[in-house]
Amino acid sequence: MARWAIAIHGGAGVDPSLPEHRQEEARRVLARCLQVGVDALRGGARALDVVEAVVRELETDPFFNSGRGSALTRQGTVEMEASIMDGRGRRCGAVSGVSTVKNPVSLARLVMDKSPHSYLAFDGAEEFARDQGLEVVDNSYFITEDNVGMLKLAKEANSILFDYRIPLAGSETCSALAGLENHNNGMVVMNGLPISVYAPETVGCAVVDSNGFCAAATSTGGLMNKMAGRIGDSPLIGSGTYACELCAVSCTGEGEAIIRSTLARDVAAVMEYRGAGLQEAVDYCVRQRLDEGFAGLIAVSRSGEVAYGFNCTGMFRGCATEDGFTEVGIWE
Amino acid sequence: MGWAIALHGGAGDIPRSLPPERREPRLATLRRCLDLGTAALRAGRPALDVVELVVREMENCPHFNAGRGSVLTTDGTVEMEACVMDGNTMRCGAVSGISTVVNPVSLARLVMEKTPHIYLAFDGAEAFAREQGVETMDPSHFVTEENKERLRQAKEANRVQIDYTQQIKGQETQAPKDDNSRIGTVGCVAIDAAGNLATATSTGGLVNKMVGRIGDTPVIGAGTYANSLCAVSATGKGEAIIRHTVARDVAAVMEHGGLSLQEAAARVVAGVPPGNVGLVAVSAAGEVSMVHNTTGMFRACAAEGGHSEVGIWHDDANGHC
Repeated sequence: MARWAIAIHGGAGVDPSLPEHRQEEARRVLARCLQVGVDALRGGARALDVVEAVVRELETDPFFNSGRGSALTRQGTVEMEASIMDGRGRRCGAVSGVSTVKNPVSLARLVMDKSPHSYLAFDGAEEFARDQGLEVVDNSYFITEDNVGMLKLAKEANSILFDYRIPLAGSETCSALAGLENHNNGMVVMNGLPISVYAPETVGCAVVDSNGFCAAATSTGGLMNKMAGRIGDSPLIGSGTYACELCAVSCTGEGEAIIRSTLARDVAAVMEYRGAGLQEAVDYCVRQRLDEGFAGLIAVSRSGEVAYGFNCTGMFRGCATEDGFTEVGIWE
Repeated sequence: MGWAIALHGGAGDIPRSLPPERREPRLATLRRCLDLGTAALRAGRPALDVVELVVREMENCPHFNAGRGSVLTTDGTVEMEACVMDGNTMRCGAVSGISTVVNPVSLARLVMEKTPHIYLAFDGAEAFAREQGVETMDPSHFVTEENKERLRQAKEANRVQIDYTQQIKGQETQAPKDDNSRIGTVGCVAIDAAGNLATATSTGGLVNKMVGRIGDTPVIGAGTYANSLCAVSATGKGEAIIRHTVARDVAAVMEHGGLSLQEAAARVVAGVPPGNVGLVAVSAAGEVSMVHNTTGMFRACAAEGGHSEVGIWHDDANGHC
């Protein structure tokens, strides 16, 4: 019998000056959501069901950037996306442009289980949600006061740091900007925003169950102040989410950097084609494959290991294995 | 070594009985696009420019499933998607849910060059198109009679399909109503004289697809991928291509397994259930590969100093230049 393991994250790229009470709150939410997964796994639940249940918890809690508490578009609305992948058979489902569905990860699962497709977006996704009888609410449900405030700051910051309408000389991609340290007195910048305003993009969960099957799911509101219609890495299979026979991975960070490096698939590919172990594959991909981009990821292997890695200022995370190991953390 | 180019107009169950009036216009467009791409490469144009201009031509041709001539959603509408990727910088751009932009591949390139994002979709992408002043037409411009007929047949058969001419189970004696081909996507890959690699893919998606359905084309690593080793554009059943991360895997197998482009492409395609995928690819070493596990794939390729070819079925040519 294989040994179960679970890893969760609430986003990479944490403000180093996050107040202590907020850090405490984060740890509490992570611990609670982790426990949901641990209890389910102890009860023999399947990996796919566990990742969905845990991500639903993370979406419902307004602390992290997914579901309620999602980052806002430049119009001040919420557009959510999510994906889920079953390592068994590599079935997958994804959604983007979700604006009224309470739990986008569950919609992604329904796309996988109940539609002939793998990925539905915007009006089509919303229509499908209604066909399937999923719980829907007004878009305002997802918007928190915190994020309304953050959006204002992000707009101010963006107008200083990055105006995409102004052609910049040289490489103006966000990952290149993020590498610059001399903006605003050495303030850390992620995806074009100062870290104090940046909302760590995404929550996720990777699980291997007691049958040795892996699954992963990722969900997000996306980049604060994003253009309407912007799709990040979270719903893209191979970028933000991936699961196969060997492992399951969920990524977070600068979406554009994760897409460019097809980060989640790369971890699995390094294990598959080079025979690397889980931690080795995670470290390699985080250190060597992101170029100038900032990101983090969590992963589990079919043999019951957990691993995580990040090259930015912190990643909200939690992990637990069957032998009793459990950890919740933010910093290195 | 020099330049090389390969392009496709869709892989699928293309019957040998395809009549000349269905076959020739597509082959003629493939030849014309090959000539355009080749001329541009000879003139020293960068790979990214070349793949964009070739795909634009194919989008404008109503016989391929991209731009005008795109297959229809279940609502009878057109929702196009496209993607470009530059191998050497790994910059990329993608769009989905496009309904009025004449050349989605060019919009994808603008997302890459003019926004801090990689991927824009639906209303947001259309709004961006207007800001950028790209050419747009009324959605009806993209709809052809052929595709209305395809949709009608698909609904009759009540299934989502890439090739409605496939015999319905239990009705083997019934002749196909219209032996037109499975139309899967268009794409182009190239390596230029300076050794830069690029890829571009564009599509209308699946006949009778659900509104809002996104396929493999705009998903980096699935239908489209380029890095410093190779550039790949895939076609076929989007759901299978996504799950198998086809385009990314070709590069990964080359890198980690030390295989040649030909070997890597063959291996990846063989790993996908038969009848589901085809791809074109070029490598930094100037290799060209065109491989499919479907009955056929509309394709063409050329390489500096090598020969050029245009084909549909497996035995049409070697599948490489």
